[in-house]
Amino acid sequence: MKSGRTTRIVKEIKVDINQCTGCRACEMACSAYHAHPRYSSVNPAKSRIRVVADELNDEYVPIRAGDYTPSECNGRHIYTINGKEYSECSFCGASCPSRDYFVEPDSGLPLKCDMCESVPPLAEPMCVQVCGTDALTYVEREVEREETPQIKRGQIEIGLESLVNQHGIQAVIESLNQMSKARK
Amino acid sequence: MRYAETGFSLEIDLSRGSIEKVATDARDTALYLGGQGIAAKILFERVPPGTDPFSPDNLLIFSTGLLHGTPAPAANRTVVNTFSPQTNLMSHSLFGGFFGPELKYAGYDRIIIRGKAPDLVYLYIHNDKVEIRDATHLRGKGTTETGDLLKRELKDQKVQVAAIGLAGENRVYMASIDHNHASAARGVGVIMGDKRLKAIAVRGTKDLNLARPAELFDVCQRIHKKMAESSGCGDWMAVDEDDSFHHNHFAWGNARTRIKNYWSKELQERWTKWKYDHMDRQTGCYNCPKKCRNVIKWPGRPRFGYKCFGKDTYHMAAFLELDFSYEILGVAQEYGVDSYSTPQVIAFALELLEAGILTDKDFPGMPADSKGRFFYLLEKIVRREGIGDILADSVSHAARRIGNGAEKYDHNTTKKFEQLPIKLGKLNPAYFLMIATGEKMSITQIEGSFPQDPLPTREQREEFVGKWEAVPDEKFKKYFLEWEKRSDMSDERTCDIVDWNEAMHYIDDSIGTCGFVSSFRGQFGGDVPYHMNNIPRIISLATGIEMDKEKLWKAFQRIRTLVRAVNVRRGLRRKDERPPEDHWAIRDEKYEQELLSKYYAFKGWNREGIPTRQTLERLDMGYVADDLEQRGILSADESMPA
Repeated sequence: MKSGRTTRIVKEIKVDINQCTGCRACEMACSAYHAHPRYSSVNPAKSRIRVVADELNDEYVPIRAGDYTPSECNGRHIYTINGKEYSECSFCGASCPSRDYFVEPDSGLPLKCDMCESVPPLAEPMCVQVCGTDALTYVEREVEREETPQIKRGQIEIGLESLVNQHGIQAVIESLNQMSKARK
Repeated sequence: MRYAETGFSLEIDLSRGSIEKVATDARDTALYLGGQGIAAKILFERVPPGTDPFSPDNLLIFSTGLLHGTPAPAANRTVVNTFSPQTNLMSHSLFGGFFGPELKYAGYDRIIIRGKAPDLVYLYIHNDKVEIRDATHLRGKGTTETGDLLKRELKDQKVQVAAIGLAGENRVYMASIDHNHASAARGVGVIMGDKRLKAIAVRGTKDLNLARPAELFDVCQRIHKKMAESSGCGDWMAVDEDDSFHHNHFAWGNARTRIKNYWSKELQERWTKWKYDHMDRQTGCYNCPKKCRNVIKWPGRPRFGYKCFGKDTYHMAAFLELDFSYEILGVAQEYGVDSYSTPQVIAFALELLEAGILTDKDFPGMPADSKGRFFYLLEKIVRREGIGDILADSVSHAARRIGNGAEKYDHNTTKKFEQLPIKLGKLNPAYFLMIATGEKMSITQIEGSFPQDPLPTREQREEFVGKWEAVPDEKFKKYFLEWEKRSDMSDERTCDIVDWNEAMHYIDDSIGTCGFVSSFRGQFGGDVPYHMNNIPRIISLATGIEMDKEKLWKAFQRIRTLVRAVNVRRGLRRKDERPPEDHWAIRDEKYEQELLSKYYAFKGWNREGIPTRQTLERLDMGYVADDLEQRGILSADESMPA
């Protein structure tokens, strides 16, 4: 088993909310790029990036679709940044029942940003390419990380572990004992 | 399947409370494109010419442009058309932002509203769910305030709202329809208010299909990139702090006084500081990389956005400085009034007071200072209180209601509509034609493709022409190369130039693209990303309709001529086509009338400015000729061009 240090590429989209003009070109381009076939339709509701915009509060925050969550938060932070209040939701990329961002409008299935990974790869994700004001910039960062030795586990082991997690090890041992007695 | 458009109109009757989704005829798209083009056809067919603008039979139409919702950048200007009580003609207005594209994604190309609701209502559109809802709780609320309240009420930040303020509710003729920090002026807010429609909230989550998507996306991304990088498009006034042009050349007060050396370095520094000390940011409209709108938060006043000349109108009318405009613009935006015409109406009233035609009794409790008076009169107008009730009918109508010589102070209107406060020396033939015959009412909506002024040397002209991609025909390069003095242009060439200027606006207003990247911007530098040479291909790729330059030019002529026919039916004639008498100091009535006749003939209109049967048939509008003949507006012997 190998161990040691390896590197991996972390893809980042940097957001400068002071540069965002709220034009939503990123939403347009994302939805077109992810349409099937590619570019065949435009629908910002299917975009995996949304600009949280509140003109009255001068708030413009592009957020990227992250993980699905089945329930909304039971509480939220309100952040004050440079004198303006932002809800925690303004920075959260979760596909969550509190709003209809990052949900396929027809099927209700969650959408997640894939950084436009494709073959051949794009130089930059679509949303960054179309951002004309540099509110979005793309950065690839190489990070070193400790490679922890991974033990390859078989299906039986994985299955047993989940049973143990659910019922406790004692219950699993007892069940196995009873099963083996019954088979004798 | 229809591409780039949805193929449906939303038909609302506010009197009956009915809502219908109606399939449209694809042949109309090929002929009239969309936006103003199709709206003109609907108004021609469905509103009889004798209809009072305040009748329930008047229609209020919110149209998307043909390219709204496609990847075409800066295709986002929603078109609003109706009949205006101010001009009694077809009202044409536009607002930027997000509304039109959202309407497309909801599945509609336009909303056609007739009738009147018994009390204030708002229209909620969420894809196929469309409801007329009570809006009495929004009575008196500001325009962006209404947008905010509806987003909360509907629990949806992505809903796009167009609303009227107190001015629209009270049927003020200068009332606007506002959407975020964008605003549609020129006679549409008054009709929305008359229909008791406080707001329209729209949310759409449907796909918009495209005919040849991959190619279209590629072409549009190139244009998008060019727009982002070019200083030849967008509103340079958003960043150029030297505004000597408007302040030294345009007239102050009631379009009266020029202050030729007003601008100074000291003033520019002071004003620039005011701006950047209070500006939150610059914002853009849907899918456009330009940032034309400056968003200002002035202490104690609502946040507002402005672009272009909009920041100057109030302080120039009041003989004050920029800080006054910054103070009043947020208030005026929430009331929903046009920032071009309203300051002129107020300055007109104050001039009448000074002249003794109105007296102190007409202005009870009015402060003595200019700032206080403007705020006072704004309040009176939007509430239609006292003298404000008369002034709310705009300069021309107010002058007639006041009488006693007030008519003489109505000196800056054409077709009863307030013009930009421009008072110049020598007649400019192209501008004479554009202001006289324009049916978009403001010169900013007519001028724009051919440069305003010649360049001084042949070398400079050659360099300009060498880079000039936007010219629809090589002849314009020749015109420009040979052009040395502003007034030195033959009448034939002048007609061609006016035609091109008009063409780009009629196309923009039908496909939904913004003048700052197209029709308005070429006159200042020539380097516009949209022009007659690339728009046809974009239309083809988006819609699947076979389009080329000749067809597109013909579509412009068709729409332009149809709008003319709509207005001719309502009484527009040659006698109405007069720029303000003092627009130029030196006038030549005989020459002007000859030029007007040449322009009419060039357009295929008769001596009264009425399109002839021959012209109408050439443009596939025999039905319009039939109608004009049945009404006795055209007779068989008048049917030939002048």
